[in-house]
Amino acid sequence: MRKWFNWIILTGSTLLVCLFLGIIIFDIFSKGLSVLSWQFISKPPEAAMTKGGILPAITGTLLLTFITTLFSVPFGVACAVYLNEYAGNSILTNVIRGSIRNLSGIPSIIYGLFGLALFVQTFRLGTSVLAAGLTLGLLSLPYIITTTEEALKRVPASMREATLAMGITQFETIRDVVLPKALPGILTGIILTLSRAAGETAPILFTGVAFYINGMTTALDQEFMALPYHLYMLCTQHQSIEEVRPLAYGTAVVLIILVFLLNIIAFYFRFKQRTQD
Amino acid sequence: MGIRKRERIDWLMKLVFKSTGLLTIALLAGIFFMLLYNSMSFFFDVPPIDFFTGSQWDPDNSKNAYSILPLLVSTGLVALGSMMIAVPLGILSAAFLSELAPGKLQAVLKPVIEMLAAIPSVAIGFLGITLVGPGIARIFGIENGLNALNGSILLAVMSLPTIITISEDAIHAIPKSYREASLALGANQWQTLYRVVIPAAYPGLIAAVLLGLGRALGETMTVLMATGNTAEMPSGFLDSIRTITATIAIEMGEVPYRTTHYFALFAIAAVLFLITLLINLVGEYAANRLRKFQA
Repeated sequence: MRKWFNWIILTGSTLLVCLFLGIIIFDIFSKGLSVLSWQFISKPPEAAMTKGGILPAITGTLLLTFITTLFSVPFGVACAVYLNEYAGNSILTNVIRGSIRNLSGIPSIIYGLFGLALFVQTFRLGTSVLAAGLTLGLLSLPYIITTTEEALKRVPASMREATLAMGITQFETIRDVVLPKALPGILTGIILTLSRAAGETAPILFTGVAFYINGMTTALDQEFMALPYHLYMLCTQHQSIEEVRPLAYGTAVVLIILVFLLNIIAFYFRFKQRTQD
Repeated sequence: MGIRKRERIDWLMKLVFKSTGLLTIALLAGIFFMLLYNSMSFFFDVPPIDFFTGSQWDPDNSKNAYSILPLLVSTGLVALGSMMIAVPLGILSAAFLSELAPGKLQAVLKPVIEMLAAIPSVAIGFLGITLVGPGIARIFGIENGLNALNGSILLAVMSLPTIITISEDAIHAIPKSYREASLALGANQWQTLYRVVIPAAYPGLIAAVLLGLGRALGETMTVLMATGNTAEMPSGFLDSIRTITATIAIEMGEVPYRTTHYFALFAIAAVLFLITLLINLVGEYAANRLRKFQA
């Protein structure tokens, strides 16, 4: 009797967690899939957001994520290389590691404030897609460093020793041996980080996102629309909230599909790497 | 390329790599000083004692209503509620994953948990408005379901992946010999789990709970959308509330640059920063103790 009780509690908890995911996906997809059409993803909003599509929000999110990548990947990978390949067990290394751990725990809204103070005001970038992309880049940095370092750790030391013994410098070893070998793992981490960045809203609130722009974002100093922010505005700030509810569901579906696509690509790289090892 | 040139490049690249490491320290220091500097400007206008002891946050209508207390209590309340749901659920699920589930089931459940972690916070907040809110309103017979309970449920869902993943690692890391010793003494599977494995994994479980709590305290969009936005001292889970993060998100877009109100938002951010920093440090300490214990 007791045995069954225990069994039910453990299995039930796990089922409940799965049920949460099921409810989220089912609710959003059952109400949002019917809104989805070629029109919806290829047209800008019309008639004060009550009709039309979400094209500028999609391109805005893609552009934003692209800027985030350009900024955070080189810095993040270089920092991980330093930590795993060069740094010994010194006080400096411990301080760097401590900083990274703390950075990853800072609430995203505080990154938003920092982006506002640093990029928008001090660097005079204004509220723009560049300022928002850089802010998201800072937010992504600790995740990219951590996942890249994990990937570098899995490269066997013997590979490094072999090239070093042949008289190749350490940088050449890293460039030609270590990084190529760790590439699938690094890509997995980068893509997972980007999928988080694409869904973030708080850091871009004050750094450049706009509810509506006329046309498209074509320059780095312009404001932009983004999928998560669009969803937020549609379901909380719009004048006729009930009327635009289907559009909100449609936006949520597009956002979740985008994020899951990135996750599936990351799964693929991880799978490929496991079969390779 | 000559060897001298190659060595020079090698030396240069080492510097480049090292400087990116230093950049992370600069970033943390930058965030800290940005908050400190702007908070100081605030405390020149409003004495800290009013900030920490008053009972009203109402900068729009009253000149000196800058008290963090209602926001802090709201933040604490919603985070506490989320942990009351997520901690038992998360640890039991982690125990199921590492002790009961066969390998194939694990291979299915782990991606499920990762997918749950991948869902953007706005999408969860959206469901708070369309699904959880009306549900709460119907069950409790109240007009509006946008309250602390709603926020707690959503934050629980959001912190579950963190709690499950870290707890599972902690339980999984307990040496097999512990279990074998317990079973050899005649304890059954459940006694072994509850009296040996889980107590041995305590430091890791505490780390899991604290990191989940850190996530819940710092979350912005879900609580902004689902908790009703009332910056008053809450008296229970069915009250509408407004957390520190939601207050920053709403008011920063509207305040004039470099006013008392503007600086006040940095001051409440600084308090939030210190709280999450403390929680993460303690969580990290607990995780390290687990590592030492296993070594």
